[in-house]
Amino acid sequence: MKAYTLSDKLLSWLAYLFMGLFSIAAIIPFMTIVSTSLTDEQYIRAHGFDIFPHAITLDAYKYVLGRGSSIIGAYQVTLFVTFVGTAFSLLLTTMMGFALSRREWRMSVPISFFVYFTMLFNGGIVPWYIVTTKYLHLYDSLAALILPYAINAFNLIVLRSFFSTIDNAIFEAARIDGANDLKLLFNIALPLAMPGLATIGLFYSISYWNDWWLSLMLISDRELYPLQLLIRAITSNISYATSSGANASIAAASIPKEGVKMATTVLTIGPIILLYPLLQRYFVKGLTIGSVKG
Amino acid sequence: MVRSAKWFMADVMRNRFLYVLVLPGIVFFLLFNYLPMAGIVVAFKEYRMDLGIFGSPFNGLDNFRFLTVDTASVLRVIFNTLFLNTLFIGIGTAFAVMTAILINEIRLTWFKKISQSLIILPNFISWIIVAVFAYNFLNTDFGILNGWLSSLGLPKISWYSSAEWWPAILVFLYIWKSAGFSSIIYLAAIMGIDQEQYESADLDGANKLQQIWHITIPGISKTMIILLLLAIGRIFYGDFGMIYGLVGDNSLLFSTTDVIDTYVFRALRTLNDVGMSSAIGLLQSLIGFLFVFAANAVVRKYDRDSALF
Repeated sequence: MKAYTLSDKLLSWLAYLFMGLFSIAAIIPFMTIVSTSLTDEQYIRAHGFDIFPHAITLDAYKYVLGRGSSIIGAYQVTLFVTFVGTAFSLLLTTMMGFALSRREWRMSVPISFFVYFTMLFNGGIVPWYIVTTKYLHLYDSLAALILPYAINAFNLIVLRSFFSTIDNAIFEAARIDGANDLKLLFNIALPLAMPGLATIGLFYSISYWNDWWLSLMLISDRELYPLQLLIRAITSNISYATSSGANASIAAASIPKEGVKMATTVLTIGPIILLYPLLQRYFVKGLTIGSVKG
Repeated sequence: MVRSAKWFMADVMRNRFLYVLVLPGIVFFLLFNYLPMAGIVVAFKEYRMDLGIFGSPFNGLDNFRFLTVDTASVLRVIFNTLFLNTLFIGIGTAFAVMTAILINEIRLTWFKKISQSLIILPNFISWIIVAVFAYNFLNTDFGILNGWLSSLGLPKISWYSSAEWWPAILVFLYIWKSAGFSSIIYLAAIMGIDQEQYESADLDGANKLQQIWHITIPGISKTMIILLLLAIGRIFYGDFGMIYGLVGDNSLLFSTTDVIDTYVFRALRTLNDVGMSSAIGLLQSLIGFLFVFAANAVVRKYDRDSALF
């Protein structure tokens, strides 16, 4: 083994230092919002926010999860949209991805281009908005939060690659055994592409959970606000949170304003943070697969 | 491809299952992508809600008048879009590459795994949440940054009213959120470099820095160039989610942060000016398309597989 020079050692130290600092910078904001959500409101007014909690209290959470609060409804909307949306998107994307991966099918080429082109050119938000609200009547409904995102062209391309990496010999053998396309899809292609489906399913879930564009454009009914839009409403105007039902009678001064904003935020990203350690490698894998186009 | 109607009918019979599979998808793209493309004509019309896109009367180039009237605003918005995107692409790529190279130098497995997991995490939260994080740091009275400034005896800065700071703030947040995730791609490219090159460099007595400069960087240059080109292709499209999520309706910051997408959004939603917003949208789509097409054409020459077509 060759001896390490001084510059090698410095580089090594730099690498550890850099990654250490980057990692800390990555989690400090998370620590800050958790801490603030647990800190007494008076303390915040006197000393500002901090990375660590002080004068720990659960008041903010009690308020947020209390009777008449909006977060329960928002959670229902977001959970519904995420589960149903992901299932729906995965279904459509898998169907199309499989069909387009059949290279021996002549129509796969023009239809693929038909999909690709949408990644190159779009009509802009104005025609989209007019078509979606006026012609498709997608407004103030749960369908409005799912249908416009039914298929993501990029995810489609990735799934298509997944299907095309399955060795054709397997399909040939099955065909010789008399299997039709339907059997090919269900009994052979799907089981083999499971990792790909899992990854794309995760991508869709995250995008449905995090989306606020659709609700910003298409939802005006507060009952249908998903979590992200609720956060937006709360952080831009606290009076939104105080106008709901039973809580309106509480004197304004005792509402844990900053704590409430933070507590709502913590509850919104909570699921992602909790599931992250388990799902993290799928994201990484998905990205490396995605960058190798079929 | 489709040789004749007869061939087509026969193919539908022969591959009917495949046609069934793609039908929902095709309907989706037709409704949400191609129909709006046809709706672009609204830029040349005086849109009336009761008449719809196709019933509203044409008004020639009236909707484009704002270009001569509001030229300063339009130019500023275009400049912001291009300037911010250039910063994001340039600094973002440099940072992601540097991160990948440095991760690669780490030997302690547990450190490598944990730090990688942590720096990728910010990518999975939305800009709305990032806005809350930023608020924690930038709020004038309670923010952590101003807290540090005060304890150092320095005056507090009113971040949310100081437009001049925001290009830097935006770049910082952009890197914070995406550099970790982006570095994965470059790391994968680094792993793809032939190990023998490093071994012979070792024998020749080259130190790590020299190896990085002469082997690693040239080795991933292809990946870098492709990603750069693809990013440049989208340079006329601002990141609406990011900018509107962070800046919102705070007009004090518009001079340095307003991009084409947020400008169009406000024209549509706040001013209800369908004419003007669709006119700008059309221009953005056309110019954007030219750039994306050109960028992909260049990438295609370089490495066929990586282009979109």
